[in-house]
Amino acid sequence: MRIRSGRGELSDTSNDRDIRWRALMAASQDGDHAAYAELLSDLFPVLRRFVMRRWPNAYDTEDVVQEILASIHTVRHTYDRKRPFTPWLMTIAARRVADAARSRYARANETTVDVLPETFQDDGAKSEQEARDDREALIRAMATLPAGQRHAIELIKLQGLSLDEAARVTGKSVGSLKVGVHRAIKAMRRALERDG
Amino acid sequence: MARRMLNEELIKTLAENCAPIRPLAHPARRALVWFAVSSCYVAVVVAAMGVRPDFLAKVADPRFATELAAAFLTSIVAAAGAFSAGCPARPIWERFAAGFFLFVWAAALAIGCWRDVDAFGFAGLLAHSDIYCLPTILAISIPAALLILSMVKRGAPTAPFVTIGLAALASTALAAAALRLSFRQDAAVSVCIWQFGSVVLLTGLASLFGRALLHWTMRDALLASFQAHRR
Repeated sequence: MRIRSGRGELSDTSNDRDIRWRALMAASQDGDHAAYAELLSDLFPVLRRFVMRRWPNAYDTEDVVQEILASIHTVRHTYDRKRPFTPWLMTIAARRVADAARSRYARANETTVDVLPETFQDDGAKSEQEARDDREALIRAMATLPAGQRHAIELIKLQGLSLDEAARVTGKSVGSLKVGVHRAIKAMRRALERDG
Repeated sequence: MARRMLNEELIKTLAENCAPIRPLAHPARRALVWFAVSSCYVAVVVAAMGVRPDFLAKVADPRFATELAAAFLTSIVAAAGAFSAGCPARPIWERFAAGFFLFVWAAALAIGCWRDVDAFGFAGLLAHSDIYCLPTILAISIPAALLILSMVKRGAPTAPFVTIGLAALASTALAAAALRLSFRQDAAVSVCIWQFGSVVLLTGLASLFGRALLHWTMRDALLASFQAHRR
């Protein structure tokens, strides 16, 4: 079953949108790759807005949205075609935002001091502008890293994978990932110092 | 820009891994399947332990029949509730429906206690120590619990504590009912404390492990595929 997208074909009321998503999800469950890609592309901005509303202080909104999309993929067989799609989607999204907040909070308590450069300590005392500046400086510093080191930092420090998981994803050894992360942090520290 | 590309890569990866899947059956249907399989196992256990000799006489007593039926119904409705909790956005009452039968079960036991007081005075409320009920219920319920665990793991872990609690209630209630079919323990207070109490205790304990038993997993194949895209 192939569903035509036509963003302009339907008025964007939530009911029409739900009908469209139900049809796309039903097609996806039947293995229609294009319908599924279309559905996920449709959902991305909706989920981003949802995450930003639920967790305004999240520094990694996009990562949380990605986690929600991966979760939707994992449990797409739990969607019942006879029922509305939006409540199903939002239940998963709400749960994943709560999970992400909890795990980020736990990880921050455990590892922040080791992981982040000094400029990120005492974040609570910083103004929003300062925090934003830090984030931008960090992104600039990451951009200077070689691809392999940046990838290691993304997987381990931003996405929160363990060394073993990251090793499986990249195909590298745990030891080389450790070295990569260590060098990346040193390089970022130097870049941040240069940045002032 | 890099972020946007990453998002597009993820969507592309997920879409490529969109194999046809069969949606989960209705929770009630899955509960019936679990109950049918588990009942066969329980029937074997009861046959091995021996059906109580006074079973026919006991089952003619409406209070005993109600107690037994309520235990079986608690089991099957709790199983349906556990499966429902694994399907996001299903009606919330489905999770709590087992509470009604649990209440009927408790009420039938309370009537039994009242009868004992009527017949023997307050001495009828003295409970014997039947501590063996706890390990027996636990042992009988383990295979049924493993089966329902494997089934609830197919659902979404959006309510892990409730899901595991209901799954444990389904398994232990079935085991308690099996015990009533075999053991001649009829002092209502003892049944209430040692059998019903074991069910409540094990359910409560099991639900604490909800998050440890049910969690989100991204399949290795999907991770590898995502990674292949990024290279």
